[in-house]
Amino acid sequence: MQETSSWGRPVPERIAGPLRGIGRQVIDGLWRLGYATRFFALTLLRSAMSFRRFRLTMRELYFAGVLSLIIIVVSGLFVGMVLGLQGYETLQKYGASDAVGTLVALSLTRELGPVVAALLFASRAGSAMTAEIGLMKATEQISAMEMMAVDPIARVVGPRFWGGVISMPLLAAIFSAVGVFGGYLITVVVIGVDEGAFWSQMQNSVDLRQDIANGVIKSVVFGVAVTAIALFEGYDAPPTAEGVSGATTRTVVTSSLAILGLDFVLTAFMFTGV
Amino acid sequence: MNRTMIDLWVGIFVAAGIVALMVLALKVGNASTTFQTGDTYRIHAQFENIGGLKPRAPVKSAGVVVGRVDEIGFDSKSFRARVTLNIDRRYPFPRDTSVSILTSGLLGEQYVGLEAGGDDAMLKDGETVQLTQSAVVLEKLIGQFLYNKAAEGGSK
Repeated sequence: MQETSSWGRPVPERIAGPLRGIGRQVIDGLWRLGYATRFFALTLLRSAMSFRRFRLTMRELYFAGVLSLIIIVVSGLFVGMVLGLQGYETLQKYGASDAVGTLVALSLTRELGPVVAALLFASRAGSAMTAEIGLMKATEQISAMEMMAVDPIARVVGPRFWGGVISMPLLAAIFSAVGVFGGYLITVVVIGVDEGAFWSQMQNSVDLRQDIANGVIKSVVFGVAVTAIALFEGYDAPPTAEGVSGATTRTVVTSSLAILGLDFVLTAFMFTGV
Repeated sequence: MNRTMIDLWVGIFVAAGIVALMVLALKVGNASTTFQTGDTYRIHAQFENIGGLKPRAPVKSAGVVVGRVDEIGFDSKSFRARVTLNIDRRYPFPRDTSVSILTSGLLGEQYVGLEAGGDDAMLKDGETVQLTQSAVVLEKLIGQFLYNKAAEGGSK
């Protein structure tokens, strides 16, 4: 097939080929984006069932939230301990080792708590959601539901979405709290920073609205993003073993990038101009 | 995994999350020390120079936090900084209280210090304090010191 440009001469294939490739990718990307948006809107519209039959959401809260607890608690503890150690090493040079509590608490509540918890959540719970829904599709369970006039979005997707959105802020809060405890453990108990100074400096500089509430808002946004991406990738996965594995990989990669990008945008809005 | 076990674990999870939020708010954050707007009164003070004073900086008297800096503005009539302080209602101060901007430590954060006078009348809501002392600007101090040293050297 030889295209002709508007002025009548044929476009040589070595220019048209790559251009056609770019065009196809853009169109496919837009299709997918539109499909994802419609899927997300449908999930929200049909989520009444997730609350009327809360048992379904409860089960997803268990799988997304409770089973992620161990990894969140352990990582939080270690992140807090490392922050305490590194912060102490640096601050001590300036004779400000008392401020280590401030450093640990602010970095955890503002950034590390929501972001690292969301990254862990994406790889622990998000990938599982994608794989589960992708396999349900591959084994035609989704089509079977449609046959029985059961709406798969209301029955399968909705509860998972709300389970993820509810558990994310709770996990981030647990991460931050355990992290602060880890920092306390290393700096106060092991190194011997004064306990009173540690807590009072922290309380002086951590603001309830500015730092803690903004951290919670961040984690809610990340929860929505990660769960929506995971569910869409699962629902959209080609019904083959290869398709499901590719979708699981895409979930982790896309949601991690989405978390980091959203974090930058949210931080730019929340923590500037004060 | 049966229903009751799932319920139990989800209950534990949600309770742990709420406890973590409470710990963050009360132990890490300043929820326990934030004053409610209901039981504070506002006083104004004008300064030649406020240095690095920021809103929400503590207002201390005898080293005890009695309030917070509410807002900082510029008065274009007197060309001075106008600072509004929120003081806890439990602590009334006499009208001849002096307000100064102090620094905790050499390089620490700046705060507002109140020193009570001997007047019988107390400051009312919205009143302006007359006795103020500006922040010490380190550069000016060093400049003055160098100038004095040079003058001393010249006179010898």
